[in-house]
Amino acid sequence: MKRRLRRVGVNVLGLAVFVVMVFPVFWMVSTAFKEPFEILSFTPEFLPSPATLANFENAVNRPNFWSSVVNSLIVVVAVTTLSIVLAFLAALALAKFRFRGRAAFVVLIIGVQMVPLNALIIPLYILLSRAGQVDKLTGVIVTYLTFVLPFCVWTLRGFMLGVPRELEEAAMVDGSTRFGAFVRILLPLVAPGLVATSIFAFIQVWNEFIIAYVLLQSQEKHTLTVWLASFTTLRGTEWGPLMAAATLTALPVVAFFVLVHRRIAFGLTAGAVRG
Amino acid sequence: MSQAPSVPPTIAEPALVPARRRRGLRVRVGRGAVPYLLLAPAVAVIAAVLAYPLYLLGALSFQQYGLFELIRHEGVWIGLDNYSTILHDSQFVDVLLRTVVFTAACVTLTMVFGTLIALLLAQLGSVMRLLLTTGLVLVWAMPVVVAVNLWIWMFDFEFGVVNYLLTELGVGDFIHHDWFENSLTGFAIIGAIVVWGAIPFVAITVFAGLTQVPKELVEAAELDGAGPGRIFRDITVPILKPIFVILTSLSIIWDFQVFNQVWIARGGQPAEEYFLMAIYAFVESFRVQQYGLGSAIAVLMVATLLVVTFFYIREMVRIGEVER
Repeated sequence: MKRRLRRVGVNVLGLAVFVVMVFPVFWMVSTAFKEPFEILSFTPEFLPSPATLANFENAVNRPNFWSSVVNSLIVVVAVTTLSIVLAFLAALALAKFRFRGRAAFVVLIIGVQMVPLNALIIPLYILLSRAGQVDKLTGVIVTYLTFVLPFCVWTLRGFMLGVPRELEEAAMVDGSTRFGAFVRILLPLVAPGLVATSIFAFIQVWNEFIIAYVLLQSQEKHTLTVWLASFTTLRGTEWGPLMAAATLTALPVVAFFVLVHRRIAFGLTAGAVRG
Repeated sequence: MSQAPSVPPTIAEPALVPARRRRGLRVRVGRGAVPYLLLAPAVAVIAAVLAYPLYLLGALSFQQYGLFELIRHEGVWIGLDNYSTILHDSQFVDVLLRTVVFTAACVTLTMVFGTLIALLLAQLGSVMRLLLTTGLVLVWAMPVVVAVNLWIWMFDFEFGVVNYLLTELGVGDFIHHDWFENSLTGFAIIGAIVVWGAIPFVAITVFAGLTQVPKELVEAAELDGAGPGRIFRDITVPILKPIFVILTSLSIIWDFQVFNQVWIARGGQPAEEYFLMAIYAFVESFRVQQYGLGSAIAVLMVATLLVVTFFYIREMVRIGEVER
């Protein structure tokens, strides 16, 4: 009896924590579907009645919404592709070869991820302004490599270490070349890790704010997060469209995140993601 | 931790076959260069986008670098002037203290609540556990810009749901209460945004660690009459110590450089009482256009975090992450 009571108590507590944690997200989505009169009400309803898509229409029809989506996609694809290719080679070296300076390099990769990005903005801005790359997507792409590349190297190394060396050795004993073993054994086994790392790089780039905010001054160059942040400052805040836009911004991240968070959890312990 | 046999890759070469021996030797020499060649492109990029800017940050902090110098692409060397300006600036001391207190509060709350939720997860039934984990992942996935906006909406002084709920629950009269008018309650909300976003990562990681604690140890302790508090202190904490050290260092590093939450919450124009280190460095550089001064502040920030990074890396080396 006492045991059962305790069990119920624990589960109720669990439910309470769930409600408190998820409430802000629920409130965002709920607001996004509400009519203006419901939003600007002193006695808020918890569910929208009637539900409307007007806020979403308003958000996507705002100036520069679609251009900012396109800009975000360009930056994301460029940064992720570049990082994954370079990181794959580097991770291969770190995970599958023994060489002088390996441990030092691993420490370097960990340490480099700890350098506060907020401190690096100043010199990066100066450098890009010297190169005439301020207010250009290329400048942002190069800058994003500072945090995405070390992260990808570290995470991919982890995935490669997960492939048992014996498998490759067995393939080579069976007459495969090292390259053959690589293509037929390592690559398929590392593929899920490559996908997970790419998705996580995608998320980090999609979410980044300050660098894009500093570097991209003209509105048609803005990425989605900068576009979203500019919402508040325009003549008062229209909460409905803002919440709709916020929901749209979070949507791809949530979808991808749910897919990969398990695979990536260990990489995070390694200090991979900046808060 | 599964220790991979530290066999050099060349051992797999069938050295017993004499005909292939010479080729094997040559390959071995060539192979020595392979890892370095694989690393080269990544190293080159990291040097260009990270090492050089870091060097430049240091150099800028010794220079007078304003708008004029920005256009001329060249700063004027002024030695330690920027540092002495900052250190004699009472505002800097205020900002530093505020940042330290803010970081300490956020990190403590994150670690305590994260650990408590992890312990709770371990006690839950499988359905509730799945539900709570899903909720945590959902929160974890929220982009910072989105998170700040939705919290600001919840705490809006006119139509915010929090003021409504607090008034309804009889906590007090919160109608038209502006939380950001007083920087203390303002920082409480900013801290809540930071902690809320950081809890899932800590909770899920600690929970993963908890599942690694050997059951036999806990059972043995229970047989010896140890209560849950004692078990947590004498078994769980020592076993999870590396995870706690790593999570705490990471949290300190993240929370000490909080920028987005303050910047967006204050609509891109935070008043001085809302300055944290990262905001201060940013404003000095990009608003006041004193890039040299801003760099000096940033250098002090990096230096402070370097100490924390040291503990983090030492723990990583200790648990064998580096040598694998």
